Amino acid sequence: MNTATAAKTMTQTWQTLCTRADLVPFSGVAAWVETPEGPAQVALFYLPHDPSTSQLPGRTQELYAIDHHDPFSGANVIARGIVGDIQGQPVVASPIYKQHFRLEDGQCLEEESVALRTWKVCFKGDEVWIEA
Amino acid sequence: MNTPAKPQLIVIGNGMVGHHLVEQLVEQGATQRYAITVFGEERHLAYDRVHLSEYFSGRDADSLALSTREYYAEHGIELRLGEAVFAIDRDVGEVVTDQHRFPYDRLVLATGSTPFVPPIPGNDREGCLVYRTLEDLDAIRDAADSATTGVVVGGGLLGLEAAGALRGLNLDTAVVEFAPRLMPMQVDSEGGELLREKIEALGVQVLTGRATQEIIDGEASRHRMVFQDDKVLETDLIVFSAGIRPRDELARDCGLEIGERGGVVIDDSCLTSDPAILAVGEVALWQGSIFGLVAPGYQMAKAAASTLLASPGERPGEAFRGADMSTKLKLMGVDVGSIGDAHGDRTPGARQFRFLDPIKQQYRKLVVSSDGKRVVGAMLVGDNSVYDTLLQYYANRIELPEDPAALILPAGGDAAPTLGPDALPDTAMICSCHNVTKGDVCASIDGGAVDLGAVKGSTRASTGCGGCAALLKTLVDHELESRGVEVDKSICEHFHYTRQELYDIVRVEGIKTFSELIEKHGSPQTQGLGCDICKPAVASILASCFNEPITDAAHIPLQDTNDTFMANMQKNGTYSVVPRVPGGEITPDKLVVLGQVAQKYELYTKVTGGQRIDLFGARLEDLPAIWGELIDAGFETGHAYGKSLRTVKSCVGSTWCRYGVQDSVGMAIQLEHRYKGLRAPHKIKFGVSGCTRECAEAQSKDIGVIATENGWNLYVCGNGGMRPRHAELFATDLDDEQLYRIIDRFLMFYIRTADRLQRTSVWRENLEGGLDYLKEVILEDSLGINEELERQMQTVIDAYECEWAGAISDPEKLKRFRSFVNDARPDPDIIYTSERGQLRPA
Ligand code: SRM
Ligand SMILES: Cc1cc2nc3c(=O)[nH]c(=O)nc-3n(C[C@H](O)[C@H](O)[C@H](O)COP(=O)(O)OP(=O)(O)OC[C@H]3O[C@@H](n4cnc5c(N)ncnc54)[C@H](O)[C@@H]3O)c2cc1C
Ligand code: SF4
Ligand code: FES
Repeated sequence: MNTATAAKTMTQTWQTLCTRADLVPFSGVAAWVETPEGPAQVALFYLPHDPSTSQLPGRTQELYAIDHHDPFSGANVIARGIVGDIQGQPVVASPIYKQHFRLEDGQCLEEESVALRTWKVCFKGDEVWIEA
Repeated sequence: MNTPAKPQLIVIGNGMVGHHLVEQLVEQGATQRYAITVFGEERHLAYDRVHLSEYFSGRDADSLALSTREYYAEHGIELRLGEAVFAIDRDVGEVVTDQHRFPYDRLVLATGSTPFVPPIPGNDREGCLVYRTLEDLDAIRDAADSATTGVVVGGGLLGLEAAGALRGLNLDTAVVEFAPRLMPMQVDSEGGELLREKIEALGVQVLTGRATQEIIDGEASRHRMVFQDDKVLETDLIVFSAGIRPRDELARDCGLEIGERGGVVIDDSCLTSDPAILAVGEVALWQGSIFGLVAPGYQMAKAAASTLLASPGERPGEAFRGADMSTKLKLMGVDVGSIGDAHGDRTPGARQFRFLDPIKQQYRKLVVSSDGKRVVGAMLVGDNSVYDTLLQYYANRIELPEDPAALILPAGGDAAPTLGPDALPDTAMICSCHNVTKGDVCASIDGGAVDLGAVKGSTRASTGCGGCAALLKTLVDHELESRGVEVDKSICEHFHYTRQELYDIVRVEGIKTFSELIEKHGSPQTQGLGCDICKPAVASILASCFNEPITDAAHIPLQDTNDTFMANMQKNGTYSVVPRVPGGEITPDKLVVLGQVAQKYELYTKVTGGQRIDLFGARLEDLPAIWGELIDAGFETGHAYGKSLRTVKSCVGSTWCRYGVQDSVGMAIQLEHRYKGLRAPHKIKFGVSGCTRECAEAQSKDIGVIATENGWNLYVCGNGGMRPRHAELFATDLDDEQLYRIIDRFLMFYIRTADRLQRTSVWRENLEGGLDYLKEVILEDSLGINEELERQMQTVIDAYECEWAGAISDPEKLKRFRSFVNDARPDPDIIYTSERGQLRPA
């Protein structure tokens, strides 16, 4: 690890963002988060596990945090995109020009060179926590 | 190192053709044979110059790049970018850069060309630029920051491309052309005149027949251009695009043979006058011609690679034998096409057919051989729809039909015989960028390619300029079907069904949610989340069948943002608000409310093409309050966001108009209330006119109603928009009730059988049996389903409720309208400026 990233991770902290009730199942909401580089807009997607369905092989993560900023349109809109899966990977489609971004790591599927930032998020009880 | 050193191959220039040469060399195994070094003067790796203008509309250098540094490294090719070669020393066989001298055994010149800047005094003033490289575009963008006006010198292909870019940068733009018309190379005076009208209509001033004498300090702007007639034009920015000049300076200095007007002379093997040196692309002169297009350059690259790989004394496998300069362009949205001898002045005895439609602004010219049997050239302005067909006739020397004029006459009575994939010979060129024929495509399918993607992958067809995409797709589908391969019409990877099949499943099984549908009928190989294709399509089907509020929790994740927030998302992430104004009739009181709401929330206001008023720029968090006020004043949602009924346009009709024979406004309002909220595969528009003068333009709508002395005539399947289509007369002299019944059935049948995002016009064109079949089903009940269709429609009508009224009375639904869940701060990146007294996105 080089020193720059080391310094960055050292100042990252876990913080609370909102509660489960603020989320919309199988869709997204936006939130502000404080990062070491200043405030950022993050899109939170909630894909709850439904034990009654047989369709969910292997997906473990329920909650994803990814940049709210859409690099193609320059607008802050990613949380308002449709979520889904493409070739087995959970993705969100930008609501403006419809590019797909992988929720796990922010990679854009249409443009290899574009990726959104992602953050670690989890539930602690009914609270949503993020590491930023 | 103990293996003998490989001979050195140096390529000068890493542009489009230089890079293509490298790819050809790699493909043909030349990396075994040569140690290859590539010099590029630009700091960027080769990029797609053809699509350079997209740099201004959002694409960055990376996405325009044609390759990666890794690709070069992987194949052991040394890439030296940002390092120009400034001399070739043929005596010792070395090239010289400012860093070093590098020995070569073989050398390829791929130095391209540079824009020609006419020798006008003042042409080197600050803010006088050219349009060729990414750096040029950066410079133009910088200069445009402090400019309000821009001029392009040169009205050819590249000049118009540059003018489009300046317009896009919000500059008041003018084009100055020396010749008496625009694009003198491609079009004649009639076509040029039409082109001028079209370009001017886009807000670009066109000055032809003007020679610039000098450029001096301006009074109101940075520069003043003085023309030969002493007229002047002031501007802040000037872009020169007056043709190209081959970059032959290296070749000139080292004594290679150069054409009279520039260009390095090459033979069919791409060899220059020194057999150790080759030239390809725009720097090369073959039989007296420079080819200023990418496709011929690629063909040269292929020939050059094979020359470099041929053993001494052996004849190279590929030769360059000239290339066709036919082109199809879209300049600022205006189609221009030119095929072969478009002017008809290079073919003795050639005869011309011309067709000019001054209303639709289309010009087509067909040049045929003296015996009337072959196409020798063609010219199109304003509509390229017949380009592919004409090019096939031309390139494959296909014998013309009896009446060649039909080829350029508009479709209608005697529609132009389009060439189906069947009619093409195997040698027909499909993709000229990559030299792919129909035979190659068939071979690729026979070799195992099972879909369009695979054919593209193995032949590279359609991966260059993209001009052949439509033709390639038709051909591939046709060839697959004729081999009995079922072309996969699944809606997406989550359902192996068409939209129509999904619709039937939903109805027959009474399925009411997406999760139930995907659980029971989704393909098991997926994560079961659906995607942005199937989710909105299923949402639309569910709404057409049951009309439950789309704001219900189960339906929320399915919708496009427009449906989720019941407003249309704008490019800066704000939304527009369009209340319903049935039939376009509105009371003064309601107009006042619209004005007040717009004032209060600072919304940009515009009268739409659908006879209602659009309020733009609403922030997400303001939408509920705005709608609260509108609903209090009696407005309903206008569904401008939905694939659903939009507006019923009306004319004023018999109530006021001296010619009106029925109350068209009254009927329009009836119809709009009847079908409002109806969700469909695509949007639906109606028009109602009070007499045959047709002021409501009903024949351009999905449903057109025109009053007669005896009642109403019904027209169906019209379309404005991208591909206009006249509606067809479906039934005559109907009374009100008959009219409703027939429209009920028609719309439900469309909803049931159309594909996703298929307007009624496209649906109708793909409907087997055509209008007659449609009449049998709807008017004669040949399928025995009319009663059911009417019942379904009644269910939808009965279930109607205004989605916005439902949402603002439900606190749970309102939570969705927060910009951020943890903070009331508005989005600071939404910035407005003011223009003509209103706000607009900065
Ligand atoms: C606002 C308006 C332009 C205006 O300022 O007048 C407009 C605005 C848009 N039109 Fe339109 N169209 C508007 C009248 C039209 C008309 C004229 C008409 O309806 O008489 C047409 C041609 C008639 C037709 O549809 O056949 C028209 C043909 C289109 C098309 C092309 C449809 C086609 O079949 O080719 C699209 C693209 C699409 O739907 O896929 C489109 C799409 C759009 C979208 C939704 C583009 C988008 O996705 O952002 C625009 C949304 C603006 C917004 O945010 O509100 N708009 N659009 C008009 C709204 C009418 C209304 O009151 O609801
Ligand atoms: C705006 C625009 C739109 C166009 N649209 C179309 C279109 O629609 N269809 C079409 O077919 N064609 C189009 N063209 C033309 C097409 O881009 C060219 O035909 C093609 O790029 C030619 O390729 P080339 O490799 O010969 O030259 P280039 O792509 O210009 O590459 C030459 C490269 O060599 C470098 N070089 C020059 N001298 C040296 C040196 N001494 N040392 C090192 N490097 C050097 C240059 O910097 C340059 O990078 C368009 C061009 C432009 C500018
Ligand atoms: S024509 Fe319609 S879709 Fe196109 S910019 Fe105008 S409003 Fe938007
Ligand atoms: S013709 Fe250019 S990609 Fe096929």
